[in-house]
Amino acid sequence: MQSLRDAFHQLRYYPSALVGLVIIGLLVLVSIYTVIAIPYSQAIELWRAGEQTWRALPRTAPPAWFNLFRREKLPETIALDSRRGQVSRAERSVEGGKQIALLYAFEYQADDFPSEINLFYDAVYQAKPPFVSILWRTPDGREILIGEFSARPSGSFRFDQDEALARRVRRLIGDLPVSTGLFTAPNLQGAPRPLKGSYQVEVRVLAFEPQATFDAELVVYGKVYGLAGTDHLRRDLRIALLWGAPVALTFGLLAAVGTIFTTVIIAAIGAWFGGLWDDLIQRVNDVVLMLPFLPILIMIGTLYSRSIWVILGASILLSVFGTAMKTFRAIFIQVRNSPYIEAARAYGAGSWRIIFRYLIPPVFPVVIPNLIILVPSFVFLEASLAVLGLGDPVLPTWGKVIENAVANGAPYRGQYYWVLEPAFLLMITGLGFAMLGFALDRIFNPRLREM
Amino acid sequence: MSAPAAVSAELRKFLWASWMQTTVVQLARYTVIRGFTLLITVVIGVYMTVLIANMGGYVDQIRKAEIREEIAIRIMNDPAMRMRSPEDRLRIIEEQVRLAERRLGLDQPFLVRSAYFLQNALTLRLGFAQLMSSDSGSRQVRWILIERLPTTILLFATADLLIFFVSVLIALMLSRRYGSWLDRAFVVLSPLSAAPAWFYGLFLIVIFAGWLRVLPFGGLVDAPPPPTFPEYALSVLKHMILPASALFISSIFISVYSWRTFFLIYSSEDYVELAKAKGLSGRAIEYRYILRPTLPPIVTNFMLTVISLWMGAPILESVFNWPGMGRALYQAIGLFDTPVIVGATVIFAYLLAITVFVLDIIYAILDPRVRVGEGGQA
Repeated sequence: MQSLRDAFHQLRYYPSALVGLVIIGLLVLVSIYTVIAIPYSQAIELWRAGEQTWRALPRTAPPAWFNLFRREKLPETIALDSRRGQVSRAERSVEGGKQIALLYAFEYQADDFPSEINLFYDAVYQAKPPFVSILWRTPDGREILIGEFSARPSGSFRFDQDEALARRVRRLIGDLPVSTGLFTAPNLQGAPRPLKGSYQVEVRVLAFEPQATFDAELVVYGKVYGLAGTDHLRRDLRIALLWGAPVALTFGLLAAVGTIFTTVIIAAIGAWFGGLWDDLIQRVNDVVLMLPFLPILIMIGTLYSRSIWVILGASILLSVFGTAMKTFRAIFIQVRNSPYIEAARAYGAGSWRIIFRYLIPPVFPVVIPNLIILVPSFVFLEASLAVLGLGDPVLPTWGKVIENAVANGAPYRGQYYWVLEPAFLLMITGLGFAMLGFALDRIFNPRLREM
Repeated sequence: MSAPAAVSAELRKFLWASWMQTTVVQLARYTVIRGFTLLITVVIGVYMTVLIANMGGYVDQIRKAEIREEIAIRIMNDPAMRMRSPEDRLRIIEEQVRLAERRLGLDQPFLVRSAYFLQNALTLRLGFAQLMSSDSGSRQVRWILIERLPTTILLFATADLLIFFVSVLIALMLSRRYGSWLDRAFVVLSPLSAAPAWFYGLFLIVIFAGWLRVLPFGGLVDAPPPPTFPEYALSVLKHMILPASALFISSIFISVYSWRTFFLIYSSEDYVELAKAKGLSGRAIEYRYILRPTLPPIVTNFMLTVISLWMGAPILESVFNWPGMGRALYQAIGLFDTPVIVGATVIFAYLLAITVFVLDIIYAILDPRVRVGEGGQA
């Protein structure tokens, strides 16, 4: 054990080990933060929630910090909700009902156009639905009628999907999509440029009952969002990227610890008892070494369960045997003949006591680097399975983000952030463990260090 | 090898011939023993596949459902049966299903049937796919997978050979310049090999296909395929650059790192010192005294690399749209086509065994101790 402590002291002299330790430390901190800030059930709920939860976020928007590196700033989402007091409201009683006017005012300073514009509303009424009309006022003083409709109890008006509005924009401004046309001056030559300044949207509601209420949220969707961006379902990628950390760490560490310790124990048993046991373990090892690991996991994932725990168990079972088993067996056979083992036998120690007290502890210096080097391979295994579509059905993980991105053609459509963010995190995690493990290996196995 | 000059040419020839003979005999014996052990391994592996697939109950369920559907359709469409009452028809269907199940052995205990399954799987009678069909239109799982095999082997063999030769050359070079900045760079970069090939594939696609637009995103050839063979080959080559590079990047650093260590270990042997003292040229020492004894451990190491690269085939091929066997497996997962998934596992087991077998024989040629020894104890 003294040697173990010495070895850890030596880590100071390996910069790569320190970098690895820092990365692992950061990952652990992020994981703890994530698990506390976004509890498991909430994360799953958010990740599997539909359009309703994420309706105010743009689709496939890169992260907002992209703007730091661009001269032409992309717009951020502007969301104004009358329930949150972001809108000036005027109500006036008229005969047989009332008139509500909601005035949405915002500054537009971006160099690009918004991706969509939607109005989500809730109306409370008894029998006769209120009548809504929407007006658009540009900084240069033009007024455009957006639409007129009878409200439903809960609904939305999507600017880009309204045929009449599209025709009007074509006639008044030019042959442009609605959310582009509304933000530009009419009849411009060349590529459209956004008209910067203060815009106003007025929602006029004519309610036919005095008790009726009307509230609405106007969302001018930007082209960037938050720290991590969004995916094709408008979900904030931050949740999946954050939750990926604890999942990757748990899966990687549990699988590595489970695998290595089972391997060590089986190798020790084989080396100690020898004879038939040893032969049997060696033959099983030869067979399992050649089993098609991933296809078998795929089969298990398809036929039985995609739960991360089932896959974890199966990967441990399949990885217990392998080259590591051969290495440990060779070491144990050397240790078996040491004098102190003989001494233990002489005082009458049983086989199991010898295996667990005298045979296994001395090999820890070899076990620990192996364990740490093994972690990234399991982290990537989980990601690989997720990319194959066999990820855990509920958990948001890095692999699943990559799968979503690839399945939705992100690399082909230039949505690189969507692929690169989870890939970068996977890379960092893998590198962190691998760098620490390789350094430990050089410390614990001085024969290689001399090289 | 270097016989004294006094030995007559005839004697030398005789010695050479007898050496060859013993080598060939030993090698043949080793090949047979090793082949047999590997075959047993494959049998056990395939049997495990059969067990896993059957414990899910899917193989039986699928077959029973298929039989029932087939018989029900036949009876319903039989004009002679139209006259009978519905109960009567149902009874006939049940009877026929029972007979068919009996004929196919589905009423036998599982252990007996698993032996049949094993036999079928080993002889690659893998049955019919539920939804998929092969590129030439066959519904047989065997053809779906085997037709895709050449493209997979083309890609992986190219990448494997590239990795082997480039790694040996770089490792040899680094062992000579131990401690140089290049050597340290490879030591520092070796953790990069923790990531699988598909992972680097994503980066390569984003950089070379998406951003720089110099190489295709994926696929095997341009669409439409070029008419003449040289153009076709060139197009395939162009499409192969990225996936092969992904495989290459994912294992080059660790291979160079560990092989360089092997070289360093063997170059500190006494006989190397002796060779140096004799005044042999650096090249001769490198190739005859260092490379030769280091090759066996390198081959073992390379075998593990090749196996792990094989495992990545389904993802790498689907990331690059490479129409190989791995992509067939990926498609089968998406379609939930169980017979194809099981069949792919069986074929992968064979592929791995063949890979190991070939490398074992190379190992035995390189290392006489193996073939003289008990044989099969690699």
